[in-house]
Amino acid sequence: MRRIGIDVGGTNTDAVLLEDGRVVHAVKTPTTDDVSGGIVAALGLLTRHPGIAGGSIDTVVVGTTHFVNAVLQRRNLAKVAAIRIGLPASATLPPFCDWPEDLAGLVRGSVFMLEGGHEYDGREFMPFDAAGMRAAARQIRRSGLRAVAIASAFSPLDSSHEERARAILAEECPEASITASHELGRIGLLERENAALLNAALTDLARVTIAGFREAIAASGVEAAPFITQNDGTVMSANTAMALPVMSFASGATNSMRGAAFLSGLEDAMVVDVGGTSTDVGQLRRGFPRAANSVVEIGEVRTLFRMPDLFSIGLGGGSIVSEKPLAVGPLSVGHRLTEEALVFGGSTLTATDAAVAAGIVAIGDPRKAAGVPRELVQAVLDDARGKLEDAIDRMKTEAGDVPLIAVGGGAFLVPERLAGVSEVIRVEHGDCANAVGAAIAQISGETDQVYREMTRDDAIAAAEAQAIERAVAAGADRASLQTVDVEDMPIAYLPGNALRVRVRVAGEMRSPGS
Amino acid sequence: MMTPITLEDIECLAVGSWILGTGGGGSPYLGLLNMRRLYAEGHRVELMSPVNLADDDRVAVVSNMGAPLVGQERLADSRNIARAVVMQEEQSGIKFRAVMSLEIGGGNGIQPLMAAAQLGLPVVDADLMGRAYPEAQMTSAAVGDLRPYPCALYDPRGLESIVTGVPSWKWMERISRKICVEMGSIASTCKAPRSGREIKDWGIHFTVSKAIGLGRRVREAQRRHEDPIAAILDEAQGKRLFRGKVVDVARRATEGFLRGRCTVEGLDDDRGARFEIAFQNEWVVAWRANGPELEPIAMSPDLICVLDTVSGNAFGTETIRYGMRVTVAALPAPPVFLTPKGLDHVGPRAFGYDLDFKSVFEA
Repeated sequence: MRRIGIDVGGTNTDAVLLEDGRVVHAVKTPTTDDVSGGIVAALGLLTRHPGIAGGSIDTVVVGTTHFVNAVLQRRNLAKVAAIRIGLPASATLPPFCDWPEDLAGLVRGSVFMLEGGHEYDGREFMPFDAAGMRAAARQIRRSGLRAVAIASAFSPLDSSHEERARAILAEECPEASITASHELGRIGLLERENAALLNAALTDLARVTIAGFREAIAASGVEAAPFITQNDGTVMSANTAMALPVMSFASGATNSMRGAAFLSGLEDAMVVDVGGTSTDVGQLRRGFPRAANSVVEIGEVRTLFRMPDLFSIGLGGGSIVSEKPLAVGPLSVGHRLTEEALVFGGSTLTATDAAVAAGIVAIGDPRKAAGVPRELVQAVLDDARGKLEDAIDRMKTEAGDVPLIAVGGGAFLVPERLAGVSEVIRVEHGDCANAVGAAIAQISGETDQVYREMTRDDAIAAAEAQAIERAVAAGADRASLQTVDVEDMPIAYLPGNALRVRVRVAGEMRSPGS
Repeated sequence: MMTPITLEDIECLAVGSWILGTGGGGSPYLGLLNMRRLYAEGHRVELMSPVNLADDDRVAVVSNMGAPLVGQERLADSRNIARAVVMQEEQSGIKFRAVMSLEIGGGNGIQPLMAAAQLGLPVVDADLMGRAYPEAQMTSAAVGDLRPYPCALYDPRGLESIVTGVPSWKWMERISRKICVEMGSIASTCKAPRSGREIKDWGIHFTVSKAIGLGRRVREAQRRHEDPIAAILDEAQGKRLFRGKVVDVARRATEGFLRGRCTVEGLDDDRGARFEIAFQNEWVVAWRANGPELEPIAMSPDLICVLDTVSGNAFGTETIRYGMRVTVAALPAPPVFLTPKGLDHVGPRAFGYDLDFKSVFEA
């Protein structure tokens, strides 16, 4: 089994080749504006490596921050027609009602609200307004909008009204790309609808970008069809990624955590990813990052994406040190480290300079950091230690010491001994952990549903069975599937011992032949 | 005397009412969105002191009843609560002078403002709980043996129901809960109309101002990077009970409520100690663990608030989870609940705990 993992980041495009579970080679190239240029360059470097040339590649998996950056930077977003199914409820809070004005101005095309939707127990809230939907679809066609988002009340429990709306749209507006909110998950109409609206706004960009990935990979002589990584450390097909680009929003951080798990061989550990400007701390549970439980804002829009629970601090190799009072970060020289840091002949004292002066790491010219007072060097390292210890403690989900995997270019700032940490683990290729994470990504399936009149065990078993079917439908090898997350919550006031159960399973990709 | 309520006041109310919700009542976010929209359309709401009510004024007591989960899919709509008020007027043949909250805690702290904006009525600066409670008989009106009926329940599909007679508040809880469940476990309700005299005698006064003031202090502290917990304790004459990290949450649904227990392990000054807090939708009793011994520290009707140590924002019993850094604080109970009759309705025994009530604030 030979797999290539590619991470298309804001600064660098990394690529690694894995053969039979071993990293054979890893490369780093600058990301290009068109994205695919960087992939071609990285794949060129990778496939020209003597140990690689010739053999066939089974799978290529790409992780990218391209789509989340489009939202954050407010660029390449399409106008969207929003369809809300749930009248006569919720009428005073229409689609876009809690968006920041600048983003709503870019994305809001038109808004339609129709009768329909479901109740918490699966009953119809109102019959679906098919005639109203057809009229809306015709208006959308006349207006020329090509992106549509549909959100119906309780669609994660019963998606039939969203499906009927989609079918009518497909007839009336065959050109339109359609996002149905139930494909994006959770209970919480406003947040789920926001995710669908963001997704619809990105589908044009996704089409072009994913096509670019495909062409770049084909142009490099690699024949495998690419997969794209999503927020939870598993993959989706390129076609799914074209339809659901928002599912890639947090894949960068997820991939680095998954890569750390793979490179270290640990499935339950803390991961600290120290970059140039910031550090992400997350927790691996059975080889996957623990998911955030609360509302996640993307570009100031509330969503309920399946995101890893991360705690980020403004500490990195490029963190600027100021004295009296001592501060390490959050300001950073960023990618200008090789010009501005003392060890590179610059005039800015950075965390990297302190680490070099302390003899922890050899970067640049150590003599240029020799003049930094010992006490200051120690104070900087102590400050970094304190911040890391606090962040690690915040992310802990159980008492006791845990192993910590340190990855990223600034991992030297992580000391060997930390409070609450049993052992600090450093790994080869840790600076390409995100591309490794992409290469090893799995296939998942998830359910999130309310069960009534069932024991807790039966409800969880029913949810598990449904999640497994979803994973197999998405391309997973049934025998390899494991349950990676179970969460259950009784619902106040509801009768029948109502229990909301969320189950996620993940497993290996089914090989093309099977 | 009427005081205009600004949108900034309402932003503060959303924060303050969530704290006074003592873990229950649901997040006020969707109500806040409605108010932003109503204010953008030019609506304005005024706050009326309860002492300015005439004895024969009629006051509409409103709340959104049901499961927070359903509220996440059937979003708060300001017109629904207004319709419940009008139903009550049609039923009782009266004209309301003002609107008031049943419970200031959680999303129901904002419901009367929505009705008031739609109907052009003022909001009375009072409620009947001073916090949030799970059941209909857990109000100052019930402690005062005021008439429990009629109660109007509304669903925007045109479902209109009025409970015109019950022998007790507990019966009102049982019957109205059944109707609410049929409506999809959510209903806009207007409780039994209250006279100005009744509000003056039995209302818990100035709780809207209190929630706004509390929220304002928290938001100011957040803006200035000061300690928002200290601001809450100062503003509400509260007491810090414990600081730590949530290490276990056990929840179970029984009799249609969310019951359970949350364990917090001490940090900072409380390092090495443990705290346990039991809940029935709202936080009810808190114990400090000394080895195997559990010492009850705080209990209903004292308000037990579990707050985000960093932001000062409240955590709900549905959303609290492992790893959260929390500060547990107590705020003083409304005096009406401290009488023997009040304690019968909302003391620890009303929630099934065989404890004599002892206030955190007794010397």
